[in-house]
Amino acid sequence: MNGQAITPSPEMLPAIPGHSSAHPPRPAIPTVGLVNGFFEWFGGLGTFSWRVLRAAVTPPYEWRELIRQLDEVGSQSLPLVALAGAAVGAVLSMEVRSSMARFGATSILPSAVVYSVIQEMGPTITGLVVSGRVGAGIGAELASMKVTEQIDAIEVSAINPYRFLASTRILACILMLPLLTVAADASGVLMGWVAQTLVQPISFHQFIVTGFAGSTLKDFLPPTFKTAVFGLIIGLVACFQGMRTRGGAEGVGRAATNSVVLASLFVILADVVLVKLILVVFQ
Amino acid sequence: MATALETPTSLQDPEEHSRPSVVAVEDLFKAFDGHVVLKGIGLTVRRGETLAVLGRSGTGKSVLLRLIVGLETPDSGSVCINANSIAALSLDGLNAVRMKMGFLFQHAALYDSLTVGENVAFPLEHHRRDLSKSERGERVNQLLAEVGMEGNLDKMPSDISGGMQKRVGLARALALEPEILLLDEPTAGLDPISSGEIDELVLKLQRERQMASIVVTHDLHSAKTIANRLAILDQGSVIVEGTFDDLQQSTIPFVQEFLSHS
Ligand SMILES: Nc1ncnc2c1ncn2[C@@H]1O[C@H](COP(=O)(O)OP(=O)(O)O)[C@@H](O)[C@H]1O
Ligand SMILES: [Mg+2]
Repeated sequence: MNGQAITPSPEMLPAIPGHSSAHPPRPAIPTVGLVNGFFEWFGGLGTFSWRVLRAAVTPPYEWRELIRQLDEVGSQSLPLVALAGAAVGAVLSMEVRSSMARFGATSILPSAVVYSVIQEMGPTITGLVVSGRVGAGIGAELASMKVTEQIDAIEVSAINPYRFLASTRILACILMLPLLTVAADASGVLMGWVAQTLVQPISFHQFIVTGFAGSTLKDFLPPTFKTAVFGLIIGLVACFQGMRTRGGAEGVGRAATNSVVLASLFVILADVVLVKLILVVFQ
Repeated sequence: MATALETPTSLQDPEEHSRPSVVAVEDLFKAFDGHVVLKGIGLTVRRGETLAVLGRSGTGKSVLLRLIVGLETPDSGSVCINANSIAALSLDGLNAVRMKMGFLFQHAALYDSLTVGENVAFPLEHHRRDLSKSERGERVNQLLAEVGMEGNLDKMPSDISGGMQKRVGLARALALEPEILLLDEPTAGLDPISSGEIDELVLKLQRERQMASIVVTHDLHSAKTIANRLAILDQGSVIVEGTFDDLQQSTIPFVQEFLSHS
């Protein structure tokens, strides 16, 4: 859905740090500006994270807003995630079947599908779909609140916007991602079975039994719960981009785009680290 | 007094002089990206007093209000609320001060995902949990009635006019019964009748609750009605300050021009 968003175009990258100041002077050597912008961005993100964390762990807790955000994140993403999971399950089933057939090893197809979906494709697809849907949603919402002074209005009402707006949205992302991943996994496995049984009939029960044969919770829980980290990344990046927005309607659009681009990018990068970490810790 | 008063503290009424100032702004400087907006602003407002701030668009009137409420930090100079500098406060301390201030933004800044009623209820829900839900509801109705917006409880901000949004913004600003009211162009975009009503309300609050107010306005008639003192800002400084009569007698060309064009 967001091929354009996942691969940032070259002119995209300098624009991200650039819009923190209204009229950044053109750097003499572009790379210096880029490097500065890079550190400025991460510095800003660090400060932002610290403020959100401090606000989140101290009362008053914004339960109502958290529940509202859980509902938002869940209901916005569930249909998309389920659909994407289903497509991936079907595709995997077809492709695994064609390559396995060459080695005469089609009997391991159910477990190949189940493992691929639950260990990698389900979590990654969920992370990317939520980056697109929720990342853009939160980025645009907070950016528009920022440029219309609604965030300032919250502040002058003696309410901490880092607590009320950011911590609730980030926590909602952290909590919903694993649940959405389970949904993606379930529809992926289901469609994997459908694609299989259309070619070579097999009962769903049989598919599941052979698919999960010999596996333990250790195989499935870490990949599912690692998506909480994806949730953290998506929520944090989108809230940060939204709340630092400047410059009217144009700034709102830019905040939404940047949220999606950066969240997707960081989700994929984090996945590399997390996969390695899980291999080291759990194997 | 024949000439306009140029020092903010000079007042004619000796009794007024003895009252402590609620808001005291001193030698405030503020620049954005090298562009200096405020160059040494000094103003005070006492309990039960209304100060009108006038000036051309872009002279930094909104920036001044944002500095007073701590949304921006000054490059130098100080803002004191009840004789305490807000720069020295922690976030909790600043929030305690903000609870005593009602702020109306120039463009109302209503929460666009909430209804009119929910907008006004928002500060109450966060800071008046001692009230029951029905008590809060009653208070919201009462506030909306005060600004002439009763019966619009369930409308969305996008479905009402700019002037109506301003009135809802005023109701929200009054929700926590502030001691200090900061209003950024409260009557801009309002018809003469509604703007007269807002003036009445500000006068009433001043009379009954001894509220201290700073009102940024382009409406000289309204300023004359509600304000004890007026200050005209130009190029980042207060060029004249005093009663309406003082201003009329000012010999400063800009002031004469300003008054004649309004
Ligand atoms: N956050 C900001 N960043 C950069 N410039 C700003 C900012 N806020 C205000 N300004 C500038 O300060 C000047 C005064 O603005 P403002 O206080 O809104 O004027 P007004 O007197 O019309 O209310 C304007 O030139 C505006 O562009
Ligand atoms: Mg203004």
